[in-house]
Amino acid sequence: MIVIEDVHKSYGNQLILRACSATVSLGEVVVVCGPSGSGKSTLIKCINGLVPFDRGTITVDGVSVASPKTDLPALRSRIGMVFQSFELYPHMTALQNVSLAQIHVLKRSRAEADARSEKILARVGLGDKRDSRPSQLSGGQQQRVSIARALAMDPQAMLFDEPTSALDPEMINEVLEVMQELALEGMTMMVVTHEMGFAQRVADRVLFMDRGQIVEDTPKAQFFTAPASERARQFLANVLTH
Amino acid sequence: MSDFDWGIIARSSAFLAEGMALSALLVLVATVGGLILGFGLALMRLSSHRLLSVSASTYVTVMRTLPLVLVLFWFYFLVPLVIGRPVGSLTSALLAFVLFEAAFYCEIVRAGISNVRNGQSDAGLATGLRRVQVLRLIILPQALRAMMPLILNQIVIVFQDTSLVYVVSLHDFLTAASVVASRDGRATEMYALVAVVYLVICLGTTKAAEFYRKGLPS
Repeated sequence: MIVIEDVHKSYGNQLILRACSATVSLGEVVVVCGPSGSGKSTLIKCINGLVPFDRGTITVDGVSVASPKTDLPALRSRIGMVFQSFELYPHMTALQNVSLAQIHVLKRSRAEADARSEKILARVGLGDKRDSRPSQLSGGQQQRVSIARALAMDPQAMLFDEPTSALDPEMINEVLEVMQELALEGMTMMVVTHEMGFAQRVADRVLFMDRGQIVEDTPKAQFFTAPASERARQFLANVLTH
Repeated sequence: MSDFDWGIIARSSAFLAEGMALSALLVLVATVGGLILGFGLALMRLSSHRLLSVSASTYVTVMRTLPLVLVLFWFYFLVPLVIGRPVGSLTSALLAFVLFEAAFYCEIVRAGISNVRNGQSDAGLATGLRRVQVLRLIILPQALRAMMPLILNQIVIVFQDTSLVYVVSLHDFLTAASVVASRDGRATEMYALVAVVYLVICLGTTKAAEFYRKGLPS
């Protein structure tokens, strides 16, 4: 589904990604973790072309992201993305947030889009919040609306960029539950997160990144019981004791 | 109060109204034209294309350092030279106002757009919207809210500046009033009227800007 091959990226003379290669197969849930500044967010933003990379290739469902011939907006509309800071549109209601791209990208009629949005908002437990503005919602609710916004496009895969890092602790679970449900339904997911509990429950594989490199790419069970690298062992010792 | 003749206002009202109509026309054209052109300039300034951004910022800097009177004169004498035939003073004044105000509106639009979080554009793009759609549906509506008080404020400034068109012998409201004042020797009445009208319009607009700012959800 997603194939990353030998991707390099630098800002100025600072190397952000070094020779990153990984694949996410259909229906797989891959958790990306690692210390901050290790390039996790940059890598996930390369997948839908929000961040251009210098070398290497990324293909999504066989389509190359960096090729000038690729219709990038069309490709992006098939991959949902959820951001750390939600990024809901503050001048629109929850329903309008979820309907916007359906109307302007998928060319659904407003009625059709709104009907779909209502269903999805109900699914993430926010059926009664359709007319609320983002500023009237809690962080957890905002993040669930933003998941709904991505799901409304019927994506083939979902990218999550630290979806719970900006949330108060008591709101983290409501977001993780929605994501977990999604994973169980078979959604292809790539999730950058520090929530190791979530990784243990739903991940198929774990990518561990450090200083721009994918240091480890292992099945979940092995990552938590017998990580290959010293860096990963240290990282796990740090996060799991908290 | 027997020395005052307030009836002069009523008697010259048609002439004064013509002046006000010209002022209103200048404000309208300068604001609409200036905003459109200023929007284009702002996009150029924000563009990653160096030639575009440098030429736009040069234009803005030059225009903002010149006094408006100079620009009015300039266009009055320059435009006929360039196009080879005389243009009316109204046309040259309208042109001067639009090009002058565009520089100020450029900065207002740019501030408005820069005010919108970067992630908003990423969020829109990630759903498959094209850049133009992101700008139109997500960035501009938010930028416009931030810009509204500044735009109203700029309208007040433009309205006050319309009095400068007397230099190309056009009769805006103030000039019309001063013509009546010196013709009929009624300076006190006319200038009192002018002061009140300016006060009401400018204060009204400024209050509207404040009201708008307060009403904004944070």
